[in-house]
Amino acid sequence: MTCTHPLSQHIKADGSVTSLAEYRANYGYQGLAKALTMSPTQVVDWVKNANLRGRGGAGFSAGLKWSFVPPIEKMPGQRYVICNADEMEPGTFKDRWLMEHDPHQLIEGLAIAAYAVQADTAFIFLRADYDLCAERLQQAMDDALAAGLLGEQLNDAGYSLTMLLHTSAGRYICGEETALINSLEGKRATPRFKPPFPQVSGLFGRPTVVNNTETLCNLPHILYHGIDWFAGLGIGDDNGTKIYGVSGRVKNPGCWELPMGTKVADIIALAGGMQDGVQLRGFLPGGGSTDFLTHEHLDLAMDYGTIQQAGSRMGTGTLIVLDDQTCVVGMVLNLIQFFAQESCGWCTPCRNGLPFIRQILVDIEAGRGQQDDLDHLLELCGYIGIGNTFCALAPGAAEPLQSALKYFRDDFVAHIEQGCCPHSQATGVAAEAGIEALEQGANAL
Amino acid sequence: MTSIIATDTVATRANWRLEIEPLNDHEEAEIAAQIEHYPQPQAATIEALKIVQQQQGWVSDGKLKAIAARLQMSPDEVESVATFYNKIYRQPVGKTVISMCDSVSCWIMGYQGLAQALTQELQIALGETTADGAITLLPTPCLGACDQAPVAMVGEQRAHRLTPATLIHLARQAQESTP
Repeated sequence: MTCTHPLSQHIKADGSVTSLAEYRANYGYQGLAKALTMSPTQVVDWVKNANLRGRGGAGFSAGLKWSFVPPIEKMPGQRYVICNADEMEPGTFKDRWLMEHDPHQLIEGLAIAAYAVQADTAFIFLRADYDLCAERLQQAMDDALAAGLLGEQLNDAGYSLTMLLHTSAGRYICGEETALINSLEGKRATPRFKPPFPQVSGLFGRPTVVNNTETLCNLPHILYHGIDWFAGLGIGDDNGTKIYGVSGRVKNPGCWELPMGTKVADIIALAGGMQDGVQLRGFLPGGGSTDFLTHEHLDLAMDYGTIQQAGSRMGTGTLIVLDDQTCVVGMVLNLIQFFAQESCGWCTPCRNGLPFIRQILVDIEAGRGQQDDLDHLLELCGYIGIGNTFCALAPGAAEPLQSALKYFRDDFVAHIEQGCCPHSQATGVAAEAGIEALEQGANAL
Repeated sequence: MTSIIATDTVATRANWRLEIEPLNDHEEAEIAAQIEHYPQPQAATIEALKIVQQQQGWVSDGKLKAIAARLQMSPDEVESVATFYNKIYRQPVGKTVISMCDSVSCWIMGYQGLAQALTQELQIALGETTADGAITLLPTPCLGACDQAPVAMVGEQRAHRLTPATLIHLARQAQESTP
């Protein structure tokens, strides 16, 4: 039988973890075994030809990313592979789902990536608060090591791999790969200037590859089943499957593994549609840093190219649904508050621009908005846009705001003209309390 | 150490002048094991801070200085790292920290009502600790459980699909289990 749901095939409904024995019973670690019989260059080419695109949001070819690592003959010595499991994008929970239920899949994928670039050390950079993931990953790594699947002399050529788990102390910017590298060096997680790219000079100045959790989880299957199989899984331009998720006021929020390129409407239908009494107004297709899309985009395929053409990004593929009872100004304010708080403070447009924007939105939400505020907001979106900042955090923060101003401008105008939030009856005093808390900067400890 | 004290001009940092609080044997051993993983000891800074916090509940100035000495760093360097990360506490916290997710999906699903109910019940604001030292209440960025929103971490346990009543119940449970 053809395998159509490779990433989730071991995931059990009761939420329990897949043991090493269970994992191995269904071709577990055979993808790695196959890779170890190939030359590292062959593995890189294999994955390049499979056109596995990065599932963390950027969609860059994983094999191509690896191919920028200098050959070991030209640059001998230590090199690293890091799993980016710093899943902190608002509305995103797919990597947690994969790691909590099937940790060996990630470990095998990471080992394959490490072998491909001849790294002797691999790190899993896990976000703070994923305590259950940490426990299960560490246990799985211990089990794999005891079974001789990691460690010394993994093949005849004598390839050895040490795998380590690093749990973060919590900061969204750690998901940016060069900031992640700084964090792993024990520093403040500020992004680094590129070039040099991490593939040449990364962790401790050594060649380093950083791949997203879901990307790595694809590798065992691509190695085992082959490139043609992987290409056959997608129904659009992109190959493979994708973990899509839905949150917000839908009947059955969750995440599902579906063919890459599944229609937005079909994904929302899997979530049971909207809750009774509320209507869909729009959605963020792939986390908090993607542009809103609306009704007219429901029939679009969720793949990198299609969503980009519609003016947004597929991002992490986890949709956040906006309903007609939720205040769009409040929702954007919530997102901007997140990005302002999580800015690392390194560059001025992000450090200062996001709090400016937050204050304007607080004023609009509190009924103190001015007519020219909307133009001012758009101007600020430009100042923090691509090319003006050191990394992608602030441009990402601008995306939900600029698209909300495009699709839901009337909501902003209504706040300004009525001198209050039209939704305040629904959210009531709680909204007032939220604004007060924001104004007092109650997030500090 | 005197030079650091002399250049410290922040009035609120009165405690900064305290002496080193030596690492205990457990902290020393755990930090040493982490240093082994890296080519330079400074790379273990975040792990060291977390190890001390695990033991002490927070990272005091004295412990921070001890970490700095152990990792061959200045206390200011360690402080710059400690204050950068959300989950390193540089003030004492309650026995149980309740971290309420305030990001977008939980916000849509009723975070504000939850926060209001719990702050009223415990008579503390977000960022504060109850008088009995049992609970600290913190807002936290997306906990990655948006399908189960609204969520919170009560200690190391993730609590799902919270209502004001279930959250208050969990908080009271945590409070009662505090000696």
